[in-house]
Amino acid sequence: MRLEARLEPSRAMMVAAPLLAVAATLAAGGLLFAALGFDPLAALFTFFVSPLGDLTGVSEWLLKATPLALIAIGLALGFRGNVWNIGAEGQLTMGAVAAGGTALALYEASGFWVLPLVLTAGVLGGAAYAALPAVLRTRFHANEILTSLMLNYVAILVLAWLVHGPWRSPEGYNFPETRMFTDAALLPALIEGTRLHVGALFVPVVALVVWAVLSRSFLGFQIKVIGLTPAAGSYAGFSPNRVIWFSLLVGGGLAGLAGAMEVCGPIGQLVPSVSPGYGYTAIIAAFLGRSHPLGIVLAALLLALTYLGGDAAQIALAVPLAVIQVFQGMILFFLLAADVLIRYRVRFSARVQTGGTR
Amino acid sequence: MSLMRRASLAALLALALGGIGRVQAAEPLKVGFVYVGPIGDYGYSYQHDQGRLAVEKAFGDKVKTTYVENVPEGADAERVIRELAATGHKLIFSTSFGFMNATAKVAKQYPDVKFEHATGYQRGPNLATYMARFYESRFPAGIAAGRLTKTHKLGYIAPFPIPEMVRSINAFALAARSVDPQAEVRVVWVNSWYDPGKEREAAEALIAQGVDVVAQQSDSAAPVQAAERAGVWAIGQASDMTRFGPRAQLTSCMEIWSGYYIDRVRAVLDGTWKPDDTWEGFNKDMVRLAPFNPAIPPAVKAEAEKAEAEIRAKTRHPFAGPIKDRSGKVRVPAGQTLSDAELLKMNWFVEGVVGSLPK
Repeated sequence: MRLEARLEPSRAMMVAAPLLAVAATLAAGGLLFAALGFDPLAALFTFFVSPLGDLTGVSEWLLKATPLALIAIGLALGFRGNVWNIGAEGQLTMGAVAAGGTALALYEASGFWVLPLVLTAGVLGGAAYAALPAVLRTRFHANEILTSLMLNYVAILVLAWLVHGPWRSPEGYNFPETRMFTDAALLPALIEGTRLHVGALFVPVVALVVWAVLSRSFLGFQIKVIGLTPAAGSYAGFSPNRVIWFSLLVGGGLAGLAGAMEVCGPIGQLVPSVSPGYGYTAIIAAFLGRSHPLGIVLAALLLALTYLGGDAAQIALAVPLAVIQVFQGMILFFLLAADVLIRYRVRFSARVQTGGTR
Repeated sequence: MSLMRRASLAALLALALGGIGRVQAAEPLKVGFVYVGPIGDYGYSYQHDQGRLAVEKAFGDKVKTTYVENVPEGADAERVIRELAATGHKLIFSTSFGFMNATAKVAKQYPDVKFEHATGYQRGPNLATYMARFYESRFPAGIAAGRLTKTHKLGYIAPFPIPEMVRSINAFALAARSVDPQAEVRVVWVNSWYDPGKEREAAEALIAQGVDVVAQQSDSAAPVQAAERAGVWAIGQASDMTRFGPRAQLTSCMEIWSGYYIDRVRAVLDGTWKPDDTWEGFNKDMVRLAPFNPAIPPAVKAEAEKAEAEIRAKTRHPFAGPIKDRSGKVRVPAGQTLSDAELLKMNWFVEGVVGSLPK
């Protein structure tokens, strides 16, 4: 059995691959749960269906998917243009810091303008932090994968220093947390009685704008050309530096917005850990969504559901977390493996075909 | 016709029997636990889970327990805690400081559910707090460490610079210096409750600096293993970590939650639960020392055990004056002790502690 490259990506497989992946996940997941003594149907139901059984569940699902989708869309813009920003976690953190700092500075203020200002600060904070790898790459040819990744740890330490030190709440018994933000700096609920906030509305807007930029604008064309063949891009006179700057600033800004919305949304203050690794999970979401805004939104929803499903399976069925993580890994594995079938076909002939080089 | 009647009779009978059955077997009390680490950390979360298992053993089918492990401190905690409340759990223990605001929020939404938050300070009509006096067990451990060190350098691997850690580090340093005035305690913050990789690196860095007793308050056994390899002493955290370093482990500062959890579950079953604020140590067996390593001199063991007995009996307080801070200023004059209120927000190191502390 071997893989053979297709002449062009299979349209049928583009539709069939995700379905195949879902079928394989359900089958393998069912076997995994059954082998460990859990009722496989109940486990799969708990994992994928029960979290969305009521309005609270759906709102929590969208809440969880929001930062993932925003960050991943920004990252995908760069991935298309061969700019590998692995620093979204740090950019998210710096966005949260900038937004949180603004919210604390405006502690006495109230008015409709506070929240937009706080969110803008978040965007700028994330973008400014992404400007560091952009400078290093365009001026000094330092690989942005390394620099952006390293800066993640720096950002987390900066946040830790602020909440343990200068920004620590005076009422908090010296615990590492800032004051709770005032209502003026908090995102209002989208659905009353849930934690889903109006920030979720950024997702469709951003997805649409990025899609338009990628598919309808000259800049999007440049990104794609430079991403596919940098040499062709430079013959055509496209500036690679412009693509680097653009994608890092937009990616950083969106990650910063996501960070701002976490601290002005469900968290409501700065604490040492504002993100459970959204910046890293978003990389998976970008790949899973094939760097297409719509695909990414779907991928973010799927990833968010696996977290909620994981909680539900622990609570309802006492499935250990390790098993849940294996299952989450399976989902990603099958999805990425099935994607191979779009560009390759499986041949079962034992004989190795000889012929020209491909 | 008669078939129909028989069928409906049977249905009626079944309904009646079902009804009786329901009355006889009372619904078990559902108790939820939220852990910050994996239960396999052999540290903090592991010990809380031992407490959960003790509850199951003590009450059998009168309770049903659930746990969610590795819950991040941040936006996710609130969802998990609410999910437990929404699925019929009537008593919920959230076991990490970072769950405090989330617990308080959910507690307001579910007034008929009882919540207990560990190590925080927010309370409410249905929200109790509990904590162990971890620093108490650090004191006798510090005496043994001070007696055994040859380099006068003790290491302390700690997660975050929060008052709980500062207290414990200070108690350890005061004890060590009470028997070895030259001793210094070098602190490394790992900025994580549980990170075996970072904890091992911290231990190796300390050992390379000449530290010959490695204490830790982070939750993995990695420092004990590193000490075992390097041939120095280690002081375990939360559970007895002997199996990870049979030669290295001097003792371990164990955290015991079983008794507390059993008491609180019984209070809910009896209807006597109140939103108390519990902060106990050796006296209520919430902290305990693992058996001392048999290789240590009997005199050292006896001295440490004497300190433990005195703290248990409240005849000795780890924070009895005179205590100087690192600038040499007397913070606690002779004849006085630090109050609980001062201990709760302690943010200064005593003399002899080396390491950064945010201002």
